[in-house]
Amino acid sequence: MKILLCLSNVPDTTTKIRFTEDNTQFDTTGIQWIINPWDEFALTRALELKEKGTNIEKITVINVGGKATEPTIRKALAIGADDAVRVDAEPADAYFVAAQIADFAKTEDYDIILCGIDSSDYNGSLVGGMLAEFLDYPSVSSVSGLDIEGSEVKIKREIDGGQEHIHTELPFVAIVQKGISLEPRIPSMRGIMMARKKPLNVKTPVEAEALTEFVSYELPPAKSACKMIDAENLQELVGVLQNEVKIL
Amino acid sequence: MSVLIYIENRDGKFKKLSYELVSYASQLAKQLNITAVALSIGNVDEAELKSLGNYGADKILDVQDDRLNVLVNKAYTSIIAQVAEKEGADIVIFAHNFSGKALAPRVAVRLKAGVASGVTALPGSLDPFTVQKGVFTGKAIANVVIKSPVKVLTLFQNSVEIIETENKASIEAFQPVLNDDDFKTKVLDVTKVTGKLLLTDAEIVVSGGRGMKDPGNWGPLEELAAVLGGAMACSRPVSDEGWRPHDEHVGQTGKIIAPNVYFALGISGAIQHLGGVSSSKHIIAINTDKDAPIFESADYGVVGDVQKVLPALIQAIKEAR
Ligand SMILES: Cc1cc2nc3c(=O)[nH]c(=O)nc-3n(C[C@H](O)[C@H](O)[C@H](O)COP(=O)(O)OP(=O)(O)OC[C@H]3O[C@@H](n4cnc5c(N)ncnc54)[C@H](O)[C@@H]3O)c2cc1C
Repeated sequence: MKILLCLSNVPDTTTKIRFTEDNTQFDTTGIQWIINPWDEFALTRALELKEKGTNIEKITVINVGGKATEPTIRKALAIGADDAVRVDAEPADAYFVAAQIADFAKTEDYDIILCGIDSSDYNGSLVGGMLAEFLDYPSVSSVSGLDIEGSEVKIKREIDGGQEHIHTELPFVAIVQKGISLEPRIPSMRGIMMARKKPLNVKTPVEAEALTEFVSYELPPAKSACKMIDAENLQELVGVLQNEVKIL
Repeated sequence: MSVLIYIENRDGKFKKLSYELVSYASQLAKQLNITAVALSIGNVDEAELKSLGNYGADKILDVQDDRLNVLVNKAYTSIIAQVAEKEGADIVIFAHNFSGKALAPRVAVRLKAGVASGVTALPGSLDPFTVQKGVFTGKAIANVVIKSPVKVLTLFQNSVEIIETENKASIEAFQPVLNDDDFKTKVLDVTKVTGKLLLTDAEIVVSGGRGMKDPGNWGPLEELAAVLGGAMACSRPVSDEGWRPHDEHVGQTGKIIAPNVYFALGISGAIQHLGGVSSSKHIIAINTDKDAPIFESADYGVVGDVQKVLPALIQAIKEAR
């Protein structure tokens, strides 16, 4: 089996967010870039499955982005992916990104395509589902468990208040969330050395449109100061629950 | 010409978020002078279907099929796309949750529609069609223009008021065309807790962090949740340690919630934690450390030991009733 993993390059989760050019551009100065946390969970799971001795021949990571994303892609290779593809284009919107990945995926017969449920920058939750539709593959989202037994893929899906076990025909797109894997891994020295020699192929983008445009940004309104209540005077907090929160 | 709303059901019942969707869609339909059409898939009885009219749905389409009582992404996508075409939908609206995240992107590609997901308000402008949504996990807000003729939105929970109107809705059965190719995924079995208030539905959430120190120390939190009729939540390390179940984990990598009140107990207020709870209407924090970052995001704070403060608070609440 071959796994394709979609990787989004995002600012570190502790980043202070700022905008430039009259609040129309995200200010990338000084940003630390990381593998999107859910994509990292997905990568971890793919590696766990490969190490478990399931018949996974290859794990390929794909990213749509400029040359600046290569350190993040190399990190995925250092953690253990076998090869990588970078589609050389700015990720204009989810529709554009999914169209690019679909074009690549069509040329190779991947059995499982993994996407994170959300990209922590623009919070679209879109690429995985769009990709599945472009390819006309089945998709399962909110995947919190993925296992392979022989040629059979076993999926656990989180639903409101419970879980389902799902069978799917291959190929398919799994859109994964927390629970899918154990702790993300840190690349080893050996992994980093090996990653330098692994193929990172650059692909020219295909013609595709962006259907949305992020035109401007604002920061949330400043929060008013926290009202401190004395631990000896919890009556005051009860008053808040009665009169402000209105739940008593 | 219409605004189409996909309405999910849970065991045949609609939830508050569904009524928020209908309220949102009917206001949008009024602005555009078109109709609001709601689509329900799965077995739902007539009274429940009719209830969508209370919030401004002009027409309710009902698709019942025993294969559709679980979410099958491709089959649902086919149905929604067929209805969108039949009703000449200009805008298709989903909830920004489990089902909406699964379906909106697929439907969008089928309709060649741009998507704005996690939308928090009615459009600021209809031409160009501009909506607001959260980005960078709650740290900023973006104005997004959708450029395609057909538009898809997913609506963030608790961001619009539910508005009741006179019920003028008609209910029609819709017979979709489905084929085997739509059912390549099959649900083998389902495990569900019943009767428990779900975290994503709860208006009151009691959440504990590593400051609770031991899985045996959650008694007062559970009692507060029981007294107030709330649901339990926790920070990531707490679920990673196995002190609490994974489905209670809130934050950037867990559930994103927006209750009326969120109690952050022994939680430091890391940025990744806040990403999942900062849309709560009221945040009340109890923490031994007066400099804990949670107090920068909370509306009300108590400096103190949760194990001491909480029993006293529960007592005071009981007396106030
Ligand atoms: C990529 C990424 C994603 C992440 N996603 C999430 C996420 O989704 N959700 C999440 O929660 N975290 C997430 N984290 C982790 C996050 O950074 C913090 O480590 C975590 O939120 C801290 O949990 P905590 O507040 O429970 O624990 P701590 O930070 O250890 O805080 C414990 C607090 O309890 C207080 N305390 C101690 N004893 C008491 C007492 N008796 N009474 C009252 N207060 C007491 C302490 O003063 C302290 O403030 C993520 C991190 C990364 C890197």
